[in-house]
Amino acid sequence: MKPEYAGQASVYEDHLKLDFSEVTPAGSSLALDRRRFLQLLGGGIIVSFTVPGSLEAQEGERRRGFGQQLPQDFNAFLRIGEDGRVSAFTGKVEYGQGIITSMPQILAEELDVALDSVDMVMGDTDLCPWDMGTFGTMSTRIFGPALRAAAAEARVVLIELAAEQLQAPKERLKTRAGAVYDEAGQKRLSYAELAKGQKILRHVKGVAPKAQPEDTLIGKSVLRKDAAAKVTGQAKYSGDIKVPGLLHARILRPPVHGAKLIHADTSGARAIEGVQIIEEGDLIAVLHPLPDVAERALAKIQAQFDRPAPSVDDKTIFDHLLKVAPQGQTVAQGGNLDEGRKAARHLLDETYLNSYVSHAPIETHSALARIDGNKLTLWASTQTPFALKEAAASLLGFPAQNVRVITPFIGGAFGGKSNNQQAMEAVKLAKLAGKPVQVVWTRAEEFFYDTFRPAAIVKIQAGTNEEGLITFWDYGVYWAGERGAPQFYNIPNHRTVSYGSGWGSTPGSHPFATGPWRAPGNNTNTYARESQIDMLAEKAGMDPVEFRLKNLTDVRMLRVLRAAAEKFGWSPAKAPSKRGFGVACGTDAGAYVAHMAEVAVDKNTGNIVVKRVVCVQEMGLCVNPEGARLQLEGGITMGLGYALSEEVRFNGGEILHSNFDTYAIPHFSWLPQIETVILDAKDSPFQGGGEPPIICMGAVIANAVFDATGARLLQLPMTPERVKEALFKPRS
Amino acid sequence: MTETLRFTLNGKPVSIELDSSRMLLWVLRYDLGLTGTKYGCGEGLCGACTVIVDGKAERSCVLEMKAVAGKTVTTIEGLAKNGELHPLQKAFVEHDSLQCGYCTPGMIMNAYGLLLENPHPSRSEIIGHMDGNLCRCGAHQRIVQAIESAAKQAEGGTR
Repeated sequence: MKPEYAGQASVYEDHLKLDFSEVTPAGSSLALDRRRFLQLLGGGIIVSFTVPGSLEAQEGERRRGFGQQLPQDFNAFLRIGEDGRVSAFTGKVEYGQGIITSMPQILAEELDVALDSVDMVMGDTDLCPWDMGTFGTMSTRIFGPALRAAAAEARVVLIELAAEQLQAPKERLKTRAGAVYDEAGQKRLSYAELAKGQKILRHVKGVAPKAQPEDTLIGKSVLRKDAAAKVTGQAKYSGDIKVPGLLHARILRPPVHGAKLIHADTSGARAIEGVQIIEEGDLIAVLHPLPDVAERALAKIQAQFDRPAPSVDDKTIFDHLLKVAPQGQTVAQGGNLDEGRKAARHLLDETYLNSYVSHAPIETHSALARIDGNKLTLWASTQTPFALKEAAASLLGFPAQNVRVITPFIGGAFGGKSNNQQAMEAVKLAKLAGKPVQVVWTRAEEFFYDTFRPAAIVKIQAGTNEEGLITFWDYGVYWAGERGAPQFYNIPNHRTVSYGSGWGSTPGSHPFATGPWRAPGNNTNTYARESQIDMLAEKAGMDPVEFRLKNLTDVRMLRVLRAAAEKFGWSPAKAPSKRGFGVACGTDAGAYVAHMAEVAVDKNTGNIVVKRVVCVQEMGLCVNPEGARLQLEGGITMGLGYALSEEVRFNGGEILHSNFDTYAIPHFSWLPQIETVILDAKDSPFQGGGEPPIICMGAVIANAVFDATGARLLQLPMTPERVKEALFKPRS
Repeated sequence: MTETLRFTLNGKPVSIELDSSRMLLWVLRYDLGLTGTKYGCGEGLCGACTVIVDGKAERSCVLEMKAVAGKTVTTIEGLAKNGELHPLQKAFVEHDSLQCGYCTPGMIMNAYGLLLENPHPSRSEIIGHMDGNLCRCGAHQRIVQAIESAAKQAEGGTR
């Protein structure tokens, strides 16, 4: 079968020839045995490996009977094919974060092959072993070392094969440029020659990665491998996939969350030529070979809904959430708070508020479902292809191995493409229509069904002594979750309590769905903590950077903070200094970040202009510095949104935004001068890169606004109205 | 109402029978099979669907087909010539000016429209012209750099 998309054509053309779904008899969830697996994969050298922490989850899945066809004692593998090309097969997906480039760098370096001879086969549930999903900045941090170990193992296998064929001792052999060399005997065997006719399957045993040469590819900046496809319009996303007989669906939606359909008159839509109407319970959809015609037909449906009375809105939500918060979980504590309070000279008790925020990827949720007999193929923009496979199988009553989820390029995700609602809608409609169906959400649907970053409240009581040392820290976070909540300052008496999970919702809490949003929880927690720290510095009469340095002993944090001060050109002054300078720091996904910003505030309009942002990140061994800098710039730019403008306005279950005119995400004209520094940490393990740089954006701007004006913003986003309100509020 | 409509698409004549109140975006993507032009908002608010019509950058999601009749349309698929990337495309690759890549075709076509009108734009002219094109990944800084770099090349990068 010819692939119907060419997202990474050269990669997939080859691998799509392998059709694992043909192998296991329907109804059986037996895993392939290794011999059969090798036959299917063709010849070559295969090294399987296990990504730490994920095999337990895979085991759970297997027990529930959702096993798939590949052997189940590993969850990723690499292959050196008979043509010498190297492929990594992983359930991880690419949505812009750049692992399509950085993972091949790791492989190419460890195996001594050219970067362009490495392919990634990603997010295809038939070709790739089970994976829990792509989120949490885990790809490089967790997957990277496992991939590297597998490559090291493969290199050992290649050397063993060469030693045999060249009749040379292993110790004498070296690998270079896709070949094994025997320098003494002046002989060479390419990986293609070595892999030819082989059917070797090894599991990683724990060979140490090779020593890194001076010119190592790991740590070298490499341009994105997917750029050529993306600048020519050839890169395929789920909405670009086409299959014969395809119908596009537009679905009748309730006006507000919680509304019930009373009556719908579909006769107007039926009158349009070529339209097929699906009515099944509450689900009413219009299908047509052209999406815009389906849209016009949908507009002709007259529907009446019973709307629930709104209970909360974007102003009353915070009181409501405090009222319904569950019991707290202590996530960190030490010392004795009462003693800390007694030792304090200055006390500070503040409450911080964060609004709901949308993911707003430019690609709306998209999926295409095609059912052939008892098999389903599903193309979807999803961060969780394997969870989708399981859910789709269970919806149709198919055995899991009859479902294949293919993940083309994803047009932005940020945590918002984990729920798969659009894909499940496509599956249901394809079944009811008996034809392949594509669902591409409109922007209004995207804003309506987004799993928003939860609104949240943070309450902090803290104090300092005469010398400017923080004596106690009593921290409670409501509904953001605990990520980024435990503080890292050297505070003898402290407690951190988390009330309510960062995503999902218990009934009666959020009026709509919520979920993870880039560095979930940490944006809220870092905003509150770093604002409080700045206010403590002010109370202690100290420069905010000096105050932090005085209260820190963590060497990694001291290093990023000092580096940021140097890059920014920070000179000590007590805030508000009128310069409009701000600082904030934090940790996320094993990385350390410090941001400094310069802002100007128009006191008449309340408008904030962010003029400059410096970001210093220490992320352990950085695979692709330029790719990482791109993530830093992205985090800073995206972070301007939740700091300055982004706030989901709602009345009960009614979302008051349907497009970008009323929900403003960052524009080119908001762009500050951005300067990024990635600190050298070559001897440390890989850490996260894509989420940490966004976490400080709320606090660094709030602190800079305070420095500029003396006004303290205790709620995000810092809209012009809130800035004006803070400017005219008498200071206590 | 169905009618026959003619226009030039990426250098080739097109004759198509359709309801001329349909928007160009959908005709490009589904009638003509050119999926490089993306849907993002449907109301001309994000720029993902930007194409060039008679030398000007236009939002194809709000451009009725009747406004395209007799005109010349260039989409992202028509920008590279004889297998060679346009200087703007090359600059986007060389500056890593993209992440997820979904807004990229619209960004490049909008920038192309700018260079057609103003081959040597200043940084603030670039920002002003690009302001309505949205990118969620935050590649803005590098997109500006890529446009500046392409504009510096001969003929303002427009060829």
